Amino acid sequence: MYTVKHYCMASSLDEAYKTLQENRNNILIGGNLWLRMGERRVNTAIDLSGLGLDTIEETDEGFRIGCMVSLRQLETHEGLHEAFGGLFKKALCPIVGVQFRNCARVGGSLFPRFGFSDVLTAFLACDTEVELYKAGRKKICEFAAMPVDRDILTHVLVRKDHRKVDYRSFRMTETDFPTVTCAVICKEGRYSAVIGARPGCARLVEDVPLDDPQDAGQRAGFARKVAAGLDFGSNMRGSADYRRDLSCRLIMRCLEQLEGEVPGR
Amino acid sequence: MLISFIINGKQAKREIAPDTILLDLLRSMGMKSVKCGCDTGNCGLCTVWLDGSPVLSCSVPAARLEGHTVTTLEGLQEEAAAFSRCLADEGADQCGFCSPGLIINVLALEREIEDPDVNQIKEYLSGNLCRCTGYQSQLRAMMKYFGKSQE
Repeated sequence: MYTVKHYCMASSLDEAYKTLQENRNNILIGGNLWLRMGERRVNTAIDLSGLGLDTIEETDEGFRIGCMVSLRQLETHEGLHEAFGGLFKKALCPIVGVQFRNCARVGGSLFPRFGFSDVLTAFLACDTEVELYKAGRKKICEFAAMPVDRDILTHVLVRKDHRKVDYRSFRMTETDFPTVTCAVICKEGRYSAVIGARPGCARLVEDVPLDDPQDAGQRAGFARKVAAGLDFGSNMRGSADYRRDLSCRLIMRCLEQLEGEVPGR
Repeated sequence: MLISFIINGKQAKREIAPDTILLDLLRSMGMKSVKCGCDTGNCGLCTVWLDGSPVLSCSVPAARLEGHTVTTLEGLQEEAAAFSRCLADEGADQCGFCSPGLIINVLALEREIEDPDVNQIKEYLSGNLCRCTGYQSQLRAMMKYFGKSQE
């Protein structure tokens, strides 16, 4: 059972950042879904929910998503749905239940760079930047590779660029953690893929050659090339070899979907 | 710390510890429909509405309630009666342990989506675990409640 000595409802990001730096046991509190299950002795829990960071702003260029936006908001946002072909709905619906996704926050889902994160996989599949309070804007690929520090992720910026994306995940049972997450992106005839839950943090593999996506052999070759560029590991949900094979299958299914060969799930 | 919030339509003030969880606060206030099933944020038994949206009260810090509105099944007795009848008619009440969490979540679905399709119904149902594994009868009850064909 975790304990909290003090609770700070931050009145500004500056106050939140300063409080965060004061003590190693001061932490930001998001959906509180992970934190409460641990044994952590928290000195000050810092809550950003009074700072208006729970909105999704849409412009002609893209979306600006506050860190306190819930996963359910992402999943049901019509603009995001239209711009990315249901990517966020496909990625987020298998996460536990509606009540869980009403609690879980975008910032809390991205900042720890969880290996199993469907959320990180989905954002990596878009032209995404994160806005950090001190470090400023970073491409999400760069952010995903950075060590977890004591900055504050305030916003996620996603650009509309007419890409096509399909998303799949494999789970041992519905609503479980994913064994593998997968997104395939087609932008201006060039193909990329994101694989997560390897079980390490999701990674983007960009611009892998695929001359004829209608050709099943070439699709299989694409999937093998993507998988060959990634490290896979083993844990209770599957071995490295199993994950590599699953990744290839999911990539091929995404490609088939993007090329209109199969109906969506 | 002192928090002020609305619970089932009534203004309330409570002195809480910084690590008080909403579930514990509600049970201390006599809201016994709110139960802790899994203690891992998975089972949906502790579901309440926070400003009208269903959340897991086992994970919400009570300190976050300041100025917000909480609704538990105790505040939805009349609305709950009709769906409870569907549950009973379909034999879905079984041991009854998960019923409060399911009922309040179904009422949230009704408010959020006017005419839910079967996928939206299943999507909502997936957030409530049933230790009797009565999912088919629960699904039948939900289909009946929302006036859907069960073919």
